[in-house]
Amino acid sequence: MDMRPDPLIMMTTQTAQATVAAKPKIVARNVNVFYGEKHALKDVSVDIPERSVTSFIGPSGCGKSTFLRCINRMNDTVPSCRVEGTILIDGKDIYDPALDPVQLRARVGMVFQKPNPFPKSIYDNVAYGPRIHGLSRSKGELDQIVEASLRKASLWEEVKDRLTDSGTGLSGGQQQRLCIARTIAINPEIILMDEPCSALDPIATARIEELMEELRHNFTIVIVTHSMQQAARVSQQTAFFHLGHVVEVGETPQIFTNPTDKRTQDYITGRFG
Amino acid sequence: MASWYALVAVGLFIAGYILAGSRARAVAGGDYAGMHSLPTYHGLYTASLAFLPALFIFICGSFIAGQLATYSAISALPENIQSDVLRQGAALREAINIVRGGSPAAASAEVQSAAESYGSVLSAGQWATLALGMLAGFGGLSWGLSRVSMNFRARNNFEKLVHGLLWICATIAVLTTVGIVFSVVGETYRFFFDPDIKGKPTVFEFLFGTDWNPQAAMRADQGDIQTAYGFLPLLTGTLLITTIAIVVAGPLGLFSAIYLAEYASPRMRAIAKPILEILAGIPTVVLGFFAALTVAPYIRGWGEAFGLEVASESALAAGVVMGMMIIPFISSLSDDVINAVPQSLRDGAYAMGATKSETIRQVILPAALPGIVSAFMLAISRAIGETMIVVMAAGLAANLTFNPLDAVTTITVQIKTILVGDQEFDSAKTLAAFALGFVLFFVTLVLNFIALKVVQRYREQYD
Repeated sequence: MDMRPDPLIMMTTQTAQATVAAKPKIVARNVNVFYGEKHALKDVSVDIPERSVTSFIGPSGCGKSTFLRCINRMNDTVPSCRVEGTILIDGKDIYDPALDPVQLRARVGMVFQKPNPFPKSIYDNVAYGPRIHGLSRSKGELDQIVEASLRKASLWEEVKDRLTDSGTGLSGGQQQRLCIARTIAINPEIILMDEPCSALDPIATARIEELMEELRHNFTIVIVTHSMQQAARVSQQTAFFHLGHVVEVGETPQIFTNPTDKRTQDYITGRFG
Repeated sequence: MASWYALVAVGLFIAGYILAGSRARAVAGGDYAGMHSLPTYHGLYTASLAFLPALFIFICGSFIAGQLATYSAISALPENIQSDVLRQGAALREAINIVRGGSPAAASAEVQSAAESYGSVLSAGQWATLALGMLAGFGGLSWGLSRVSMNFRARNNFEKLVHGLLWICATIAVLTTVGIVFSVVGETYRFFFDPDIKGKPTVFEFLFGTDWNPQAAMRADQGDIQTAYGFLPLLTGTLLITTIAIVVAGPLGLFSAIYLAEYASPRMRAIAKPILEILAGIPTVVLGFFAALTVAPYIRGWGEAFGLEVASESALAAGVVMGMMIIPFISSLSDDVINAVPQSLRDGAYAMGATKSETIRQVILPAALPGIVSAFMLAISRAIGETMIVVMAAGLAANLTFNPLDAVTTITVQIKTILVGDQEFDSAKTLAAFALGFVLFFVTLVLNFIALKVVQRYREQYD
């Protein structure tokens, strides 16, 4: 018999600490995800505070990316996927049948593991979201949005003279920053990042990490990462996933220096995973 | 003879493989790791050394033997037959028939002697070829066997042989194309510039003339019909029918590809895609009579209901059915390229809050554009080259018109019309087919060139 404390109760005590920092933006309760017969996420309950970085760590296949993709309903595009439970953003259920996932995704942006700029110019990549959501009334306004987004993604200085070049011609790190610029151009409230640095070299990774530190003042950021050092560097809260369960959630320093669960301790000290 | 030769050559190949392989195994004595090449490679190398010279000698030998036999047969013929090209050719064919076991009964004494001379030289040549080939084969075999050793680089040498073999195949393929082009260009040159050809047009008349009538009046009561080789009506007919076909097949093919790739359930796709591809397997002659006997009367009926004058064979009927013919090319190829667009691009667009149709229009189709353009170009090339449907459904009248309800004709149909039946080979009418073929080839080349440029311009790297 599993003797560890009920994850829900444990989580509630820890969010009590977390709410000192900020109020929860995303609230997940008893989320279960199935891919066909496979039970990928089991009773996941997490609170994610506003305007801070929350990282999800855990071994491969533990369900952290699956949970991330529940937050903007990207799992809807996988035909065999079924999601149960409740996820609230600002107190509203995002799996409410009346809610349009397209509108949800405009509020919850996502950056992927592999940089995936569209095969369009750098300008059009960033302008894509504002155009489909009608965020600008004139060309001048669109130009401003594009410039501001590229500046926020600290890419402007590198690309300002070649905005008409193809986005796919940039280096890997630049492509990933372009994808971030593209995401923030529609001014989302939440940015989900699915291992955004795993395809990048250390220098490009450092730039993305600096960027996250700046972005967290305006956005709620959730990042999935395989690197515990990265989680420790960039995030204020950390959740440890294992075999589809959330084992432990808490302030990042506490998780890394004083984990309450044995499995968390084993993972962060490198005994498995 | 040839079958004996093939048997010996294959025997040499197998013997080389087995002998060299077992010798290599014996040399290695179980120490395969210390050997440069595995026994299999020693076997393959020696087998090739035995087989390839034999093959080469067979190709050269049978050619030379045939030439020598023909030469001896001709010199055996009397002087008066030798000097007349036509009679010499006829006698030679008769002699060869006798040698091959044809009808010796009716042959004259001269032909009989030519046949004997032909037969004896040919069989001597073939025996010589067989002997030489076997000598070369066994030579290669024993040389290959003598080289089997621990350090011999059989693997690398066999690699070189494979390289050479592939080079030869590629060269033959390229030379075939070059040969066809030269033949067509040569005959086209004769059509325009050979002074012996009567009634031929100038290049200007051909390219810009508006009358096409390669068949002049043969009898006085047919009136005063002049030959005319104006190519424009054929070009407009071809373009008209091709345009109609693309207007029909372009949207249908592309949209069904988008449906199959992006919207259809796996079950639906598994059923619909093969059915669409069956459409590509319908012979064009079947589509042709479908066009002529089913579609054309319908179009005529509808046209009359609207008070329009419709020819019973119309460009519209041919174009619509040709469109049906090329739908599978467009849909199947476009479906493949749309599926090849990485899922990450779709995810990226969905994560931006794009709807499905926005994603398809603004991200997937631009990314798939080079492939879609090549699909269209392939379909257009098929449509331009298609003959059967047009012959049956669009008529033969070379009308210079852009009215889809008129009868028109195309370049390919005229080539077919000119060359059907008995022909004098050096008349302007026959050679006109080569000029048409050359123009057709040129048009297709230009289209392919444009397609290549478009593809290069929009090609995107995503990985």
